[in-house]
Amino acid sequence: MNNGKRSIFLLSMLSFGIAFLYVPMIMLVIYSFNKSKIVPIWGGFSTKWYGVLFESPEIWEAVSLSLRIATVNACFATILGTLAGLALVRFGQFKGRTLFSGMISAPLVMPEVITGLSLLLLFITLKEFIGWPDQRGFTTITIAHITFSMAYVAVIIQSRLAGMAQDLEEAAQDLGAKPLRVLTDITLPLIAPGMLAGWLLSFTLSLDDLIIASFVSGPGAVTLPILIYSRVKVGLRPDINALATIIILVVAIGVVTAGYIMLRQQKQRERDLKMTAEET
Amino acid sequence: MSTPVEALATTEEDLKTRILYRLMRLAQDRWRTLILIIPFTWLLVFFLAPFFLVLKISLAETIIASPPFTPMIEWVDEGIMHVRVVVDNYAYLWEDDLYVNTYLSSLKISTVSTILCLLLGYPMAYAIVRSNHTTKHILLMLIILPFWTSFLLRVYAWLGLLADQGTINDLLIALGIIDEPIRMLYTHFAVYVGIVYTYVPFMILPLYANLEKLDWELLEAAADLGAKPMATFFTVTLPLTLPGVIAGSLLVFIPATGEYVIPDLLGGGNVLMIGRVLYNEFNANVDWPVASAVAIALLLLLVLPMMLYQHIQGKETESHE
Repeated sequence: MNNGKRSIFLLSMLSFGIAFLYVPMIMLVIYSFNKSKIVPIWGGFSTKWYGVLFESPEIWEAVSLSLRIATVNACFATILGTLAGLALVRFGQFKGRTLFSGMISAPLVMPEVITGLSLLLLFITLKEFIGWPDQRGFTTITIAHITFSMAYVAVIIQSRLAGMAQDLEEAAQDLGAKPLRVLTDITLPLIAPGMLAGWLLSFTLSLDDLIIASFVSGPGAVTLPILIYSRVKVGLRPDINALATIIILVVAIGVVTAGYIMLRQQKQRERDLKMTAEET
Repeated sequence: MSTPVEALATTEEDLKTRILYRLMRLAQDRWRTLILIIPFTWLLVFFLAPFFLVLKISLAETIIASPPFTPMIEWVDEGIMHVRVVVDNYAYLWEDDLYVNTYLSSLKISTVSTILCLLLGYPMAYAIVRSNHTTKHILLMLIILPFWTSFLLRVYAWLGLLADQGTINDLLIALGIIDEPIRMLYTHFAVYVGIVYTYVPFMILPLYANLEKLDWELLEAAADLGAKPMATFFTVTLPLTLPGVIAGSLLVFIPATGEYVIPDLLGGGNVLMIGRVLYNEFNANVDWPVASAVAIALLLLLVLPMMLYQHIQGKETESHE
């Protein structure tokens, strides 16, 4: 294989891969504007399924519950995950470190069915012994989500802290800053972008979770994924396509904006570096 | 020349500093303890304890009651403790062909999917690394974007594409390639497509991170010394990016083995996967002890790959430090 053939191979794999990732999503969007009730058969352009979607009170209830869970989850997970990440990178050796780091990274790869089952059994046992939680729903789903989301936050914080020299913190300490002051004035601002990324990731993971939520949810607590699943289980639904279109649109706007800002910042930094280099 | 009084003063100063230092250390330790204890306790209660509960229930017998299993520890008469441990559930799993076949089928599906993800993901990651700055940025964004949208809806998208009256069959019939629709939905093929589709970004990202760090001069050196591109790839590039290959493969293999949504929506009743059996055993059959035993058996199956992943993650973080 020469260079030309290699580039053709790479380029075609890349195009195939990107098409593979995007064609199904594009088809979802196209069929959301289908007049016909039977999804894969085109019956003309219509936006009526958006109307059906917006008029359904169950959808709104599910969206509201999911957003509330996702927000509370993201805040708690960010705090707990940041503390865990700090402890793992900055505390050196301590008793139980292996156990701790194991418990932090295990949820990342744990099959959801196992996490869901084990948490449900915990909640049932707790109820039997201490009477809490008296019903499953918002609280139990949020606790379950915090448990796996904090692991993702911890990993993000860990990699950010690990890539950063400890010099600044040590300098502050040498200049007499108390540990708390070092934490609030030096460490936290440095890891703030990681915390933001962790918050957003936790929020999304929570909005996306079906399996763990189905295990630990109780009657009456229907999150958005649980509702979607109960509807698509029986077949294709054009209103679900409309919902998917809205989600894809929101995510695309978010990701593209974030990507654009990051690209501009990076270019600015490169320009700055170049200018400094030229001056010296 | 110092008088004894001056000497005393210095040591007193010294002592003061020392005490102050000790106090600061103590305060710092307090903070450390506090920072550590909160997430540690959370994980002990909501992550570790539940596993022991699953283990405990897997060793109980199913009864019709609430909760539907026998207690492990019973107090018989005055303070005589009766510990009841039953391994029947595990024997049942082992003897029933359905469970053994389901395990093997799950392993086969996740292994094949991992290989497919690697075959698709490696060239993609390679092409992204070799593209110019702005293109690279856009391509990475395109890989990450699906990850932020709903997993469930991305699986759902394939229902419309693979159905007998779906887009792919319609297209193939319209093009005159086939006369009758091919059955794709509710087959193993659909499950493979679904898994590769949803998990391939998890393969691409670690590979990309690894290829990005690759010293490309080594490849040039190999070429200068007369190695053919294929030989260079297999003797230089692939060995150097092996950590990325392993990390990506584990990130696909482990969750794919326990997958529930994809076999349930795209595989129908024809595809046996352990995650689905566990879910149904628990929710439809209300057999908690057997569901727990299935969970423990699944965990045993995955414990080695999980430890391997942890090991690589640990090394990765250390190499940063």
